Amino acid sequence: MTPEMIIFILIALVTLGTAILVVTTRNILHAALWLIATLVGVACFYVLLNAPFFAMAQVIIYVGAIAILFIFAIMLVRVITPSGVKVFNEDWLMGLILACVFFGGMIWMLTRWTGFDTIPSVAVSQVDKINPVKLLGIALVSPNGYLIPFEVASVLLVAAMIGAIYIAWGKSLRNK
Amino acid sequence: MVPLSWYLIFSAALFAIGLFGVLARRNVIVMLMSIELMLNAVVVNLIAFWRYGDTMKMDGLAFALIVFAVAAAEAAVGLAIIISVYRRRKTVLADEINLLKW
Amino acid sequence: MTIETLIWLIPVPPLLAFFLIWLFTNRNKALSHSVAVGAALLSFIGSMAVFWQAVNHHELGKEPFQSAVNWLPVADGWFRVGVLVDPLSAVTLFFVAWTVLMIFIYSIGYHNFGQPKGEHDQPGLPPHGAKIADSHGHLHTVPSVEPMYSRFFAFIALFAFGMYLLVVSDNLLTMFMGWEVMGLCSYLLIGFWYAKPSARAAAIKAFMTTRVGDVFMLLGIVYLYSATGTLNFRAILYNQDVLNQLAGASSGFLGLSVAGAISLLLFVGTVGKSAQFPLHVWLPDAMEGPTPVSAMIHAATMVSAGVYAMIRMFPLHTAGWEGHGLTASMSVIAFIGVFTALFASIIAVSQNDIKRVLAYSTIAQLGYMVAALGMGAYVAAAFHLVTHAFFKALLFLGSGSVIHGMEHGVMHTEEHIDPQDMFNMGGLKDKMPFTFWTFLIGGLSLSGFVVVTAGFWSKDEILARAWGGEHLVIFSVLVLSALLTAFYTMRQISLTFLGKPRTTAAAHAQETPWTMTMPLVVLAFFSVTAGWSGISPHFPLLGGILPNWFHEFIRETLMKLPEPMETSYIPLIASIVVSLGGLSLGWLVYHNHPAGAPDPLKTSLGVFYRWMQNKFYFDEVYQFLFVRPSFWFSETFVFKWIDRTVIDGFLHSFAIASDFIGRFLRTRFDLPVINGFGDLVGESSKKFGKSMRVIQTGQVQQYMVAALIFVFGTLIFYLYSLP
Repeated sequence: MTPEMIIFILIALVTLGTAILVVTTRNILHAALWLIATLVGVACFYVLLNAPFFAMAQVIIYVGAIAILFIFAIMLVRVITPSGVKVFNEDWLMGLILACVFFGGMIWMLTRWTGFDTIPSVAVSQVDKINPVKLLGIALVSPNGYLIPFEVASVLLVAAMIGAIYIAWGKSLRNK
Repeated sequence: MVPLSWYLIFSAALFAIGLFGVLARRNVIVMLMSIELMLNAVVVNLIAFWRYGDTMKMDGLAFALIVFAVAAAEAAVGLAIIISVYRRRKTVLADEINLLKW
Repeated sequence: MTIETLIWLIPVPPLLAFFLIWLFTNRNKALSHSVAVGAALLSFIGSMAVFWQAVNHHELGKEPFQSAVNWLPVADGWFRVGVLVDPLSAVTLFFVAWTVLMIFIYSIGYHNFGQPKGEHDQPGLPPHGAKIADSHGHLHTVPSVEPMYSRFFAFIALFAFGMYLLVVSDNLLTMFMGWEVMGLCSYLLIGFWYAKPSARAAAIKAFMTTRVGDVFMLLGIVYLYSATGTLNFRAILYNQDVLNQLAGASSGFLGLSVAGAISLLLFVGTVGKSAQFPLHVWLPDAMEGPTPVSAMIHAATMVSAGVYAMIRMFPLHTAGWEGHGLTASMSVIAFIGVFTALFASIIAVSQNDIKRVLAYSTIAQLGYMVAALGMGAYVAAAFHLVTHAFFKALLFLGSGSVIHGMEHGVMHTEEHIDPQDMFNMGGLKDKMPFTFWTFLIGGLSLSGFVVVTAGFWSKDEILARAWGGEHLVIFSVLVLSALLTAFYTMRQISLTFLGKPRTTAAAHAQETPWTMTMPLVVLAFFSVTAGWSGISPHFPLLGGILPNWFHEFIRETLMKLPEPMETSYIPLIASIVVSLGGLSLGWLVYHNHPAGAPDPLKTSLGVFYRWMQNKFYFDEVYQFLFVRPSFWFSETFVFKWIDRTVIDGFLHSFAIASDFIGRFLRTRFDLPVINGFGDLVGESSKKFGKSMRVIQTGQVQQYMVAALIFVFGTLIFYLYSLP
């Protein structure tokens, strides 16, 4: 049991625990706050995986933008599931069973895979040497790499932005 | 170092929790949050496979970045739809939004 | 343009005018009458040109103007139609063109063109007059314009087309077409004021009565065609072989020859059209129409067309005639003509309506012509046809002018009297000088006033023929008829124009406008001069001063040229005596007839007078013998029994059977099999849909659950099936 393993288990427990709270909390504003905690936990895993750039991106995009967006949306609709309103729908048991089946099936499938317990071939110090962020940047703008998916993603973001504005604008835009 | 299996089990668990949230919660906003959880589980998987595979290949990281972008777009559009629906029907409960019923 | 082309074109302008007025110009009164009169003028000019050419053509009888085209394909070759102008057609064209043009012009004035519209006038009734205020503010009633002015001109234009077509035809069939067109127009124009029940009844009576004659005429035409294979006038009538053959063959009917049978059948057509006994009843009633119609249709042209057809077919009527004695058909024709002449004259004496007197007079004069033809007096009949057309048109138009003047007086005084009753008139001589003098000329011509008038010469010729042919009965009856004619003519003139006005309306009568008096003057001119063209060279004193042009010209139409009559003094003296005697008798009895007094004849003749006034009850007899049985036959037998019982019964049984078959098919086949199958498809789809629709919950999460179950199931199946 290395210290790294202990840290992993602690972070995983916190992350999964907050994730469970996200899907079970009655008050959705609290759920949004638990979501932030979960996202921060996931960011910690990125650090453990020697991807500090993604950890930063996780914090900035998810915690800084998406979670805040959720909180804004909750405040705009002003419905935070008061007591007396059921949290789960009538098929929640079916959802639970399906989630468990999924998890069980996943584990069952992975245990039958030979590469399940591999240890990384590259040491931590060497990962930093090859500078993955620089390589990623080159790959994203290189015609031999991911230029086109990158551009498509940018177009997708623009479209999403325009669509979101259009949908959320309300009647006045359509009537004009 | 921790073996790959630990990360995979963690992400599977996170995905299953998100799946349960999507299937069971009545509130549409929480359903969207659950989707974010599932996407995060996917990104964890992608980065873990990068780390435990060939670190010189950028496929995992590049896809992780694109999933980020998709997640952001999905959240923006989804929330806009929720606001629009709320404005018309005064509800954010999925089982009350049932215009498609026969 | 050759003369033949011109003849083809003569009937065309009135027909075009009819369509133009009917289709385009009927809103505009001035334009409508301009079109009609213009068309009549064009035809007039064409007719005069043809007449002039015909007169100057050498031996027109042998080489008439003719042209024909193929028309109907028949079994072996073509039925040819065409135009023909021989001396008879040329003379007829002359008087038809003049009278038609004059009557068209007269109609403008008669229908009050230029007068205001009446407040109460409506289509189908004669105009009631309009009220206008003069400069002092007094309201005056003046004649108002006819509401259906354009319609009238369209009809008379169509009528003129029919008459011209009849005259220029070279065969019986197209002649018959013109004949029928005129019959139709006669019906339309007698019923012109169709809102008057009497006009409607008169129109139907005229149409039905002439129809009787026309059916027989058509039979005659068909018989002639089947006997000779042609209907061309020249081919039949100018061909001695054909005539001999027709006269020689027996028809197997009452011992008549084929020619005699055809002649009698065609003669029945003339009896209908020219209102001879026993089909004369329609003509007096036809006076319900506007007066120009009476003048044109019922005096100058249409009824003359009947006699024209007789004259045209003269060689056929007289086929087999040796020159003395009469053939069977000629005897019938002569008898009908003579009887009609006497009988109509007697009735005319007792009539009080100014137009009805003229109507019976027309019947009588047509009877003269028919009698002349029956005696074989070809030229005399044609001559009387021409002169009669002029003076009778003149008399009718004059009577229309009188009625018009009287109506003016009636409107002015607002008296409620019949403006056509002669006993309401009197003293119009000074009020209406033009009308009086022209009417006097026409009346003298009708009664055969010595020497100057046309009627004298033509009537004298007929009487001379009757005497010369030793038909003493015919002669004496015709003389008696002439006496009556002179008497009732003078009675009419005296009652209308002489003496003192018997009503205030008559005192306020007014002369009619120039459009009405001008035709009177023109026709009066011809009523005198037309007779001078046919003075026999053997006439004492006057014979030979003027050439006997008419006789020389018209006789060329025949192959066997008839010779002018040796003049005998007896008919001449008889003619002069009855003419002058009748006139003076009429003057003596009626010249100072006081207002309100009964007709002097009434007291002297007693019961016989009542018979005369009721036209010898012919209408009533026909009503009893024909009309009521026809009504009974059509009502009880045809309608109730044949139509309602037999035909309807058959149709009803057919309908019931169809209904039964239809019901059987519906209940046994359509409903169970076809509908059942269709319903089955529909119902089963519906049931399936109903049971399946529960999966469409509208719950997005339930859809997701379902999708995931499906995906997992597929996945598990796939994984298990892996090797």
